[in-house]
Amino acid sequence: MKTYFKHIYQAVSTILIGMSITFRHLFQKSVTIQYPEQRLQLPERERNRIFVNIDDCIGCEQCARACPVSCITIETIKAAPGDVVGKTGLTSEGKKKALFVPKFEIDFAKCCFCQLCVYPCPTNCIYMTDVFEYSEFERASLIYEFTDMTPEQIIEKKQKADEMAQEALRKKELAAKEAAAKKAAVNKENPDKQNKE
Amino acid sequence: MENYFIKIFGDNIITLILIPAVLLIFIAVFALFGVYAERKVSAFMQDRIGPNRTGKWGLLQTLMDVVKLLQKEFVAPEKADKLLYNAAPFIVFVAAFLGYAVIPFSSMFIGVDLNLGVFYFFAITSLGVIGMLMAGWASNNKYSLYGAMRSVAQIISYEIPTALSALSVIMLAGSLQMQTIVFAQNGGIHNWFILGGPGGFAKIILIPFMIASALILFISTLAESNRTPFDIVEADSELVAGIHIEYSGMKYAMFFMAEYGQMFAVSAIVTILFFGGWQSPFGDLIPFLNYPVFQVIWFLAKGLFFVFVQIWLRWTLPRVRVDQLMTMCWKFLIPITLFNLFVIGLYVVL
Repeated sequence: MKTYFKHIYQAVSTILIGMSITFRHLFQKSVTIQYPEQRLQLPERERNRIFVNIDDCIGCEQCARACPVSCITIETIKAAPGDVVGKTGLTSEGKKKALFVPKFEIDFAKCCFCQLCVYPCPTNCIYMTDVFEYSEFERASLIYEFTDMTPEQIIEKKQKADEMAQEALRKKELAAKEAAAKKAAVNKENPDKQNKE
Repeated sequence: MENYFIKIFGDNIITLILIPAVLLIFIAVFALFGVYAERKVSAFMQDRIGPNRTGKWGLLQTLMDVVKLLQKEFVAPEKADKLLYNAAPFIVFVAAFLGYAVIPFSSMFIGVDLNLGVFYFFAITSLGVIGMLMAGWASNNKYSLYGAMRSVAQIISYEIPTALSALSVIMLAGSLQMQTIVFAQNGGIHNWFILGGPGGFAKIILIPFMIASALILFISTLAESNRTPFDIVEADSELVAGIHIEYSGMKYAMFFMAEYGQMFAVSAIVTILFFGGWQSPFGDLIPFLNYPVFQVIWFLAKGLFFVFVQIWLRWTLPRVRVDQLMTMCWKFLIPITLFNLFVIGLYVVL
């Protein structure tokens, strides 16, 4: 019998305690952040959209290899000796650049924001920013191109590279021929020496 | 006790149409306001801001919701029983609406002043059970059926404490007529039934029993209108929406309006029976506050206060289990109301 009244008392008192708590909260300030007028303060090492400082990129393709979803596509063209890559031909740390980068695409529809591309970069030109409001209406507009070479420049550099390659090939063939001819001449001149050796 | 509209327009067909029209408009406006108030109050209690973009402070939010619901497609399950499925929301709404016929908004406005006003009100709210059962069965969905079964059990069992606790007031007032009960609480806050009703100082011994009766009436009518903590019928997180699952668009809006209409009707009953209805608490001290216009304001203020308490309870308490619900009704509320009845009956007789 006593527990009966105890139950009733407990029920009523706990309900009243609960109600007083909610009533107190009625007058407390709300914690809502009114987006888009107010923005949440993002932490320092936030990983959002990637930015590539193409002036520093040396075309080593380490970031493309590190990416787990293969969202970075890089193409490089060998620079002719004496040709200036980019504005100054040097990275911001003073190292000489030897490769043109005509294509540096990052597909943000694939990017998983894991930051694995940031660590291998030897010049720290690729890093994550805190930009997250870049939604587009079409998937194709999410492919970002970071190179700053114009199409004419690309064609020009490619031609140069092809010429260089061909010349190098020719030189190689010439050198091989000369070497072969020299060897034949030496063999002819000293047949005894060769037999002994 | 004459009806104001009859005085203006005469006792003809126009008044007969006008009075229910006014009540219907009141229910619609109250549902709009009630939903907005619930969202805002619940938001502030949860330390967030409610709707505040549509209209200034989000006032147009419910209106926009109604517009959205209006243009939704009526998706009905294929095997649903067509007649029952389509009729159910309207029956539930009609049951809630019919209850407004006997609620006195002021001394000069009451739909129809029946001799059995209180009895009629409690009988009509149980009509809603039929509507819910139809909705649950005709949806051809086992979860709706669960919701409907539970609702039948809940509403029918909670009829008993409702009627019994209202009986204590009726015994003191001596009549079932609504206006008589309100008129009996004339003269100021000390004459309200919660503080013992009209009479001499001997009524002080009644006060704890009347407070208990008021509390029990409030709790059991909360269960009647399927509000948390007794909302296993709707059970937003258990049965998804219970009997409302298969309804879309305007039919869902009907259920909604019926629930909010019943919420106010139930608060109105509590204020009429215990808190003086449309009487001002100052009684004859400030006579101009007794005019019919102010009576409406007093009535609405008290009714809305109890609606606020209902909203407050919804966001404080967790839902009760079905067996806990039944235990509470049969083992706690009914014995207490019977004891109250006994004591008050003794008081009236002696």
